[in-house]
Amino acid sequence: MNKQQRSFLQKLIVRIPYAWLAAFFLLPFLIVLKISLSQTAIAQPPYTPVLNFAAGWHGIAAFFSGLSLDNYLLLGSDPLYVLSYIKSLQIAAFSTLMLLAVGYPIAYAVARTPPRWQMALVVLVVLPFWTSLLIRVYAWMNILQRDGLLNEALLALGIVKAPPVWLSTDTAVYIGIVYSYLPFMVLPLYAALEKLDWSLLEAAADLGAPRWKAFWLVTLPLSASGVLAGCLLCFIPIVGEFVIPDLLGGSRSPMIGQTIWMEFFANKDWPAASAVAVVLVCLLVTPIVVYQHQAMRAAERD
Amino acid sequence: MQHVGIKQAFAPWTDPTQRALLRIEAVSKRFGGFAAVDQLSLDIYEGEFFALLGPSGCGKTTLLRMIAGFERPGAGRIQLDGVDLVGVPPHRRPVNMMFQSYALFPHLNVEANIAFGLRQEGLPRAEIAGRVADMLALVKMERYGTRKPHELSGGQRQRVALARSLVKRPRVLLLDEPMAALDKKLRGETQFELMELRRQLGLTFIIVTHDQSEAMTVADRIAVMDHGRLMQVAPPADIYERPASRWVADFIGEVNLFEGRLGDDGVSVEGTAAGRLRAASKAAAEPGTVVCVALRPEKVRIAREAPAERSDNCTSGTVVDIGYLGDMSVYKLRLRDGSPAKAALANAGAIAERAIGLGDQVWLTWPPEATIVLTK
Repeated sequence: MNKQQRSFLQKLIVRIPYAWLAAFFLLPFLIVLKISLSQTAIAQPPYTPVLNFAAGWHGIAAFFSGLSLDNYLLLGSDPLYVLSYIKSLQIAAFSTLMLLAVGYPIAYAVARTPPRWQMALVVLVVLPFWTSLLIRVYAWMNILQRDGLLNEALLALGIVKAPPVWLSTDTAVYIGIVYSYLPFMVLPLYAALEKLDWSLLEAAADLGAPRWKAFWLVTLPLSASGVLAGCLLCFIPIVGEFVIPDLLGGSRSPMIGQTIWMEFFANKDWPAASAVAVVLVCLLVTPIVVYQHQAMRAAERD
Repeated sequence: MQHVGIKQAFAPWTDPTQRALLRIEAVSKRFGGFAAVDQLSLDIYEGEFFALLGPSGCGKTTLLRMIAGFERPGAGRIQLDGVDLVGVPPHRRPVNMMFQSYALFPHLNVEANIAFGLRQEGLPRAEIAGRVADMLALVKMERYGTRKPHELSGGQRQRVALARSLVKRPRVLLLDEPMAALDKKLRGETQFELMELRRQLGLTFIIVTHDQSEAMTVADRIAVMDHGRLMQVAPPADIYERPASRWVADFIGEVNLFEGRLGDDGVSVEGTAAGRLRAASKAAAEPGTVVCVALRPEKVRIAREAPAERSDNCTSGTVVDIGYLGDMSVYKLRLRDGSPAKAALANAGAIAERAIGLGDQVWLTWPPEATIVLTK
């Protein structure tokens, strides 16, 4: 193989991931974008205009003239959509904070155990992932229902007199999300904390910092990259969550995932659903770019 | 005997009116079934450069960490300035440590690293800045204030670690093998700088090291440890010239060890591989006991010609190996009865002038002062 052939082959191999991304990410996104610019129609597919190469140049021109931004105007006019976006961002933000509050101590404890036990503990954190998410959410429905395990325990301990309602509330959604996304928070945090030189904490104590101050001034700044990675890794998918709010939450204030589902299946309005999805992607572009940038910097440092 | 004192004037441990700065009383520390430190008692005086010396696993680092507060003694007391330290957490002890790995904060620059300890004291910003600047000048790192630790060389990081631990003016500075990561030349320079720093600041240093020459160079007194116990605590010259036991004699430097019986006069030792030996002073043991005699190789005179009178402290052997070390030559010998011996000579003249070669029959003589009788 001569130099030219080898360099051509190298370029080809490098381009395969790009081709994959183009075929399975870029192209579908462009299709969704196109549908968002269409109108509903009682047809197969249920939108118009449809790109028809057979009609030649005239067909393509007609296609482009049939596109409009009507659906985006619809999003702006009906408060349902705006409220949905706000709800999603709100739940994602609070969930992420709760995940941080719960996940950091777990990751810290695992990082501080003797190395022999660390692998076993990490596996325990990830183990639930080996079962289906849907089954685990159903299990939560079982636990949180009126005569479920949680209320049984609360009544038995005498904490409440009458069984409170958990399902179809925001609380249930938070419980479900924090439970399901915990590994996404714990693993990046653990990865960052595990690299920490613990003698730095001894040095901080030696120099006069009590334990909480040493944590604040040394441990936290040095695990900041893990905190950022964990938060973004949770926040971005939670915004678009569907299964958990659908099963555990109420339908009074839906998250954006539920809204898209409703438009798509209940209203059979593909264009509107697509428009909602496109706006969601635009909303998430900033955090995604931040995450990518941070991941690259972390990789460079290592 | 004339005591060769380099630091002759400073010897507070000999003064009964002096009170020790740091008192370690019967301190023990066990890890599982293993005793890292075993009922160890030690007094360290203000202004000393004190060395803890011993082989790996002897407990010297554990002892240091107990003084710093990172380990709790299982038994015993540690007192600083008369105040019991046990129960006082490390961040409240007037003691600072320089870690073997330096433990510099990687997310802070040099100035912030040094200022860290002062910030915990809540001092005004201007004073902190002033003291940090002074300390940077003292360790000759003025131009590196804004650099981060990963932008410094090993020697530079060591200076920053030293500055950081000194800036709080601790009552005692603990150094955990501070020069382990430096090359030989830098180590030598740093040893003298450390001594100079201590003298300038008037502080008390406790250094942990496994390097004998380092301990001998810097320390006013050395505590030799083995398996969690003290084997001897004395100035370097005393440890070398008057070791307290066979173990210490063997651990420090090179030594010839001969076994024999103590004679009736208390100064002669009979029946050794090197014949009859005579010491300069009476040994503290009953005549007839089996004793060990230590003889340092550099005290032995080698000659091809037999001495005028064959008295004590005189034997003969064959040269089986010569080690050329540049500044001196070490002769490995086989004595008449087959036991090994070592003699060392400075290469004062050119090598060609040395008349002794491999396989030569030589006579060894040495003065009575070099015969060290060990009863332990």
